[in-house]
Amino acid sequence: MTHDPMAEIRASFFVECEELLESLQDALSVMADHLEGDGTQDTETINVVFRAVHSIKGGAGAFGLTALVSFAHRFETVMDELRCGRLVVDHEAMKLFFQAADMLADHVRLARDDASGSPPGSETLLIAVEGLMGDRAPEAEEEEVEFAPMGLSFDLALPDLGGPLDDDGPGPAEPDPADSDSVESDLGESDLGESGLGGQRWTVRLRPLDALYASGNEPFHLLRALAELGSASITCERAALPDFDALMAETSYLSWTVQLTGEIEESDIRAVFDFVEDVAEITVTKTPELAEDPRLCQPEVALAPAAPPTPSAADPVPEPTHTAKVLAIAPVAPALPVLPAIGQAVDLPPEHPLPPPSQAAAPTPQAVIPAVQAAAAQAAAPAEAVAATVRVDLDRIDRLVNLVGELVINQAMLAQSVTEAGLPANSAVMNGLEAFMMLTRDIQDSVMMIRAQPVKPLFQRMARIVREASAAVGKEVRLRSEGEGTEVDKTVIERLADPLTHMIRNAVDHGLETPDRRREAGKPEEGVVTLSAQHRSGRVVIEVADDGAGIDRPRVRDIAIRKGLVAPDAVLSDAEIDNLLFLPGFSTATQISALSGRGVGMDVVKQAIGALGGRIAITSERGRGTRFSISLPLTLAVLDGMVVRVAGETLVIPLSSIVETATLSADDIRSLGPETSVIHIRGGFVPLFDLGAELGYRGPKASYEGGIVLLTAQEDGSRAALVVDEILEQRQVVIKGLQHSYGNIPGVAAATILGDGQIALILDPGDLVENATGRTRSADTFLALAG
Amino acid sequence: MIETRSQSSAEVELLSFRLAEQEYSVDIMSVREIRGWTRATPLPHSPPFMRGVINLRGTVLPVIDLASRLGMPPVEGDARNVIIVVHAGGQSVGLLVDAVSDILALPRTELQPPPELAADLAHSFVQALTIVDGRMIRVLDLSAVLPTYQTEAA
Repeated sequence: MTHDPMAEIRASFFVECEELLESLQDALSVMADHLEGDGTQDTETINVVFRAVHSIKGGAGAFGLTALVSFAHRFETVMDELRCGRLVVDHEAMKLFFQAADMLADHVRLARDDASGSPPGSETLLIAVEGLMGDRAPEAEEEEVEFAPMGLSFDLALPDLGGPLDDDGPGPAEPDPADSDSVESDLGESDLGESGLGGQRWTVRLRPLDALYASGNEPFHLLRALAELGSASITCERAALPDFDALMAETSYLSWTVQLTGEIEESDIRAVFDFVEDVAEITVTKTPELAEDPRLCQPEVALAPAAPPTPSAADPVPEPTHTAKVLAIAPVAPALPVLPAIGQAVDLPPEHPLPPPSQAAAPTPQAVIPAVQAAAAQAAAPAEAVAATVRVDLDRIDRLVNLVGELVINQAMLAQSVTEAGLPANSAVMNGLEAFMMLTRDIQDSVMMIRAQPVKPLFQRMARIVREASAAVGKEVRLRSEGEGTEVDKTVIERLADPLTHMIRNAVDHGLETPDRRREAGKPEEGVVTLSAQHRSGRVVIEVADDGAGIDRPRVRDIAIRKGLVAPDAVLSDAEIDNLLFLPGFSTATQISALSGRGVGMDVVKQAIGALGGRIAITSERGRGTRFSISLPLTLAVLDGMVVRVAGETLVIPLSSIVETATLSADDIRSLGPETSVIHIRGGFVPLFDLGAELGYRGPKASYEGGIVLLTAQEDGSRAALVVDEILEQRQVVIKGLQHSYGNIPGVAAATILGDGQIALILDPGDLVENATGRTRSADTFLALAG
Repeated sequence: MIETRSQSSAEVELLSFRLAEQEYSVDIMSVREIRGWTRATPLPHSPPFMRGVINLRGTVLPVIDLASRLGMPPVEGDARNVIIVVHAGGQSVGLLVDAVSDILALPRTELQPPPELAADLAHSFVQALTIVDGRMIRVLDLSAVLPTYQTEAA
């Protein structure tokens, strides 16, 4: 297979960009909050903004994305002014910063799609942003030479090249440039800003004993861990190294001195060495401020810290007289059990754990540089909370999810056959099976968690929609988001973007009044759109609320009548009128605006949500605002269900929708019309649906006395009682979509495979009730229509 | 289906099967596998010829009662019946038939278009006719047999 390594690196750069853009948005939001608060900005947040822009610029430079680099550079310049306190943030500036961040995202997107040039409005915006600097605005300086594409080997540390490769930032003074002989494991370099240098200085000396290597430890990892604590300058001392001839393979010769700067406690440093205390000499001393770095070491060895104890290709064998030829024989040497590994190590990255810290002709610089960069890359992140993550192809996760699904089915089949074999309940097989079931369930939960992602990026996209939409219609709107950390299946998040965009635009355009109207109504001019996410009884509920005028029900009704959607004399409840908004072809905007009101709208939203197995409900209060709440399944792969039997068929009903089960007595059942009944339960009347009749398995029964009903409730508060013949069990089922193989069936959400290999249908009670035939419910045609 | 695939080759291989004492066949290239009879889970609100869905190694496979689809009395559904799993037009579907009889290899020239005849329902599903050992064998047009499903909503 041929693949372009450059393309891969490029792809990972763009992934990195997405993350940086996200943290940029975050930091800007924090700044906006500060502005709302006491008006003071903290340096760290500004630094995050600066760093994000700076890193994107750096990476983009490496790929020769000139438009992106130039935009990022000019943006960065302004942010630098801010960082140095020469620029005061006000509302206007904040708005521009947000716009610039959006524009930066556009630039990144353009660059990713290989489009050249700048997004429209880029230059205008830049000029506006630079205008904030007043007279200090630079003469649009050209981007630096070092951003020309270059053919370096940035295979490992790519997105952080911004650090090592450029140092145009007028940030804090660099560590003495003459120190080129020591490896500056300099964390993101000047980006750390002054604030990072405010802490203590520590000198840590590490001299590993032979036992450290013998026990499989690796100084590189220790040094890296140290470097993650703060700004580190690492020096290798090799004075103890004997001549090549006298070198003993299993003797430790090297030691390191690490200058650490930052807010570090001694205990943090000690913690790094927790496991090697006995096998290394470690001294930790506090250095007086600005002590001179000890430079003890010659240039070429200075590179070694990144790969210190690894024998180089030239010298993997204990006997110094050995030549390359002998290398082939070496693995036989019985004294060194680990030797076979050396054969591979020869051209592997230096991290390979090898026991003897043999001195070598210094490792070739090419081999070391990536490692150094890797160390720098590792170290660049830790300022924020270190989140160790792995990027995995989504296909692989899906394959895993599918396999686990099969595992669950298989386990159920096994359980069934064991039960049929009639083994005693306390037999070893039964106990083992029970443990197996619990394990399966744990595995399943864990696998599902891999797919779950916080809704935050989605919400951030919505923040942008709000900014753009409010600018387009000339309203002051603030987006408040809650529960950004709520995790939802990745597919759900992806497919939620379009409907949410639509709803947010609607809220801004139709939901909120104009500033004048708001003033008249005694509300603040700035409207608030609230976007929230939360877990509620096994589902995730996402709400879009505005504090606008609420639904103008008489007008909605008029429009619906004019468009022939309802009969003129229809008697509609408020909820029914609200639900008219979801009818195809309904649009309340009397004027078609640039944003919404093209007659496609809420019905499309409703459809999209429905396709995700979700439901949408609407509540509105005149003068107070409108709230749409979307309820979605947490995952598209499994659900907890109640397995029931109806007319000989096995069905699964999502547990989340079931409130209670009951056995009917003659008193409970009241007939409503000739063909419909309600049951009287807990002081309320609930319509009765016979599942057997609704699904066409059989006709309605003569009497439901003694029948079992499942009481279900929907998000909008409506309840229904479903008649079943028998409740079998409660269990987790793997969802198998019917969409692909068959299509939509009203009232049926999906299918699943039971333990006996049979397929059972998973019902969607909400949909089922909405599509219920007039045979059991004839009075509510309008609700069915509106729903 | 047959048309497109076999323009180049002069031979065509057909899987023939029995359906209410008549012999039908499909291009063997569209056949994925043949399975014994399994009870299908009925789908509510589905057309009568839709037998339901079965579990085909973890995937949900819709099964069509071919006899009913062609306007004949529905297949009983017992251990003697088989389900032919075919893949056509991007979807997999099981066809419930009485029994599979044979694999026939014949020159393409022996396939004749069906005469423009009666308004028989089965007629529009037949793509070609051929005679083998004195028996008339109907070649099914799979794309006509498979129902067009509702596409996924937005």
